[in-house]
Amino acid sequence: MPDMVALSRQQPQERQFNPYSENGGTILAISGADFSVIAGDTRQSEGYSIQTRYAPKVFRLTDKAVLAVNGFAADGNMFVKQVRQRLEWYRHAHAKDMPLRAIARLIQTMLYARRFFPYYVYNILGGIEDDGSGAVYSFDPVGSYERESCRAAGAAQSLVQPFLDNQIYFKNQVPQPGMTHPKHLPLGTVGDGLEMFVVLAKGSPLYGLENFDGVQEMTSTHEGERIFVVRRNLKRD
Amino acid sequence: MNSLTNRFSTTGPLSELKRAQALVENEEFSDSAWGSEAGFGSLAKGVPNFTVPSVPDPSAFLRLHTDDHADPNCRIKIQHGTTTLAFRFQGGVIVAVDSRATAGSYVASGTVKKVIEINPYLLGTMAGGAADCQYWETYLGIHCRLHELRNHERISVSAASKYLSNLVYSYKGMGLSMGTMICGWDKTGPAVFYVDSDGTRLKGDLFSVGSGSTFAYGVLDQGYRWDLTDEEAQELGRRSIYCCRTPRCLLWLTLEDGWKFIGNYDISKLHYDGPGETPGAGYGYDVRIERSTAAPVAVQA
Repeated sequence: MPDMVALSRQQPQERQFNPYSENGGTILAISGADFSVIAGDTRQSEGYSIQTRYAPKVFRLTDKAVLAVNGFAADGNMFVKQVRQRLEWYRHAHAKDMPLRAIARLIQTMLYARRFFPYYVYNILGGIEDDGSGAVYSFDPVGSYERESCRAAGAAQSLVQPFLDNQIYFKNQVPQPGMTHPKHLPLGTVGDGLEMFVVLAKGSPLYGLENFDGVQEMTSTHEGERIFVVRRNLKRD
Repeated sequence: MNSLTNRFSTTGPLSELKRAQALVENEEFSDSAWGSEAGFGSLAKGVPNFTVPSVPDPSAFLRLHTDDHADPNCRIKIQHGTTTLAFRFQGGVIVAVDSRATAGSYVASGTVKKVIEINPYLLGTMAGGAADCQYWETYLGIHCRLHELRNHERISVSAASKYLSNLVYSYKGMGLSMGTMICGWDKTGPAVFYVDSDGTRLKGDLFSVGSGSTFAYGVLDQGYRWDLTDEEAQELGRRSIYCCRTPRCLLWLTLEDGWKFIGNYDISKLHYDGPGETPGAGYGYDVRIERSTAAPVAVQA
């Protein structure tokens, strides 16, 4: 009988530290002149198995900032938790909510602090800037970021992003003779997500949002920015 | 005597207090995180601190999960920049970049701003890891400002680029990836420095970095002269980026009183209409070698 201890010493060994998993799903965000829409599906899966049909990927951070996270759910949830803690500290120190562009920079530095042990998360931050304009910021896993009009991330990024490029940036579209592309889309024509947050700037009209199916307002007053959430069921397949 | 024993004793209230203070300072965030000092995230304690996985070889871990060149199926796909170029001429520095970022084989964005405005006098370009360039050049901006406050004069391009190269050199082998040109105007006139994550720092007249750099060099080298006029220099920058088959070209010019943004050009419009405003004039060989002074009209992004 071979000596197992001696044998194992001769064989090459390989160990791998793999703390990451992929939990599927897709998120997207669109911004307009005075609104932004942040949507994500609520299914969490690993391989072919569905872990849950309701695990939110879109989180309200402040009255005018919403963060969507996609990739590895455990990293994502932890990251949102930490961002929220830093935002709370900021509130205690400055007695106001952090402005959106500052949240974006905060997220960059928080992601980059893990440059050598990255969070496996793709973040999209949507909301209203201090000047009242709608904004979307998209991040890569180690914190490179950019302000954009629309962005999709996750499993269906390569299907959704070209659609958004066509519908929002009017890529590969030629306007009718004598006409130009509209500058911003009216809200009624965008997206039908599974969990969709709509952030409206102060004093912005509702764009027919009150007639949407299953819409629920998350803000209590009508004075400041208003956040609405629309929830739809999955196909349950 | 009493104070001496106090200072070096390991028991007693004073040392207890010291231990408690050390404990607080060693927490992930010190008290400064509560105030504005925490603005630059991981710099809350004055120096950047990074989380490193507790494995024998952290950079091998990082490579395993993020290096899409070695393994296209790696999980974490980091955004990379493609083509950037900068050159020095009598009128200043031209910085031209395309606007594409890739994550693996996927074109992640066609609207990336690959020039990082370090301060009103310094520009840095972005090739290689997008986050590495964005983060460290922002960090460089902080230190350029501190230099101004301490010395009552602007930092030279040479000093700024050396600061960056020393900084990334201290992380050598950890997996950073950046190839950047630091461009600006100081007491010595227009200056361009190439800095990369290996620690290379080169002074020069013209540089191009990124996957499209070979194509850009082809055009740049044949058209470059020191005494180019401003219009000729801008056209050379555009033409060099045009040859990298990219959808857009962004152009900056650095002058004595700070940089200015020249424009965002639609390359397909340039391809069909040429440098002039004649529709269908094309951008063929004869059009390109003719030194045109007519600058195309920049379009809104």
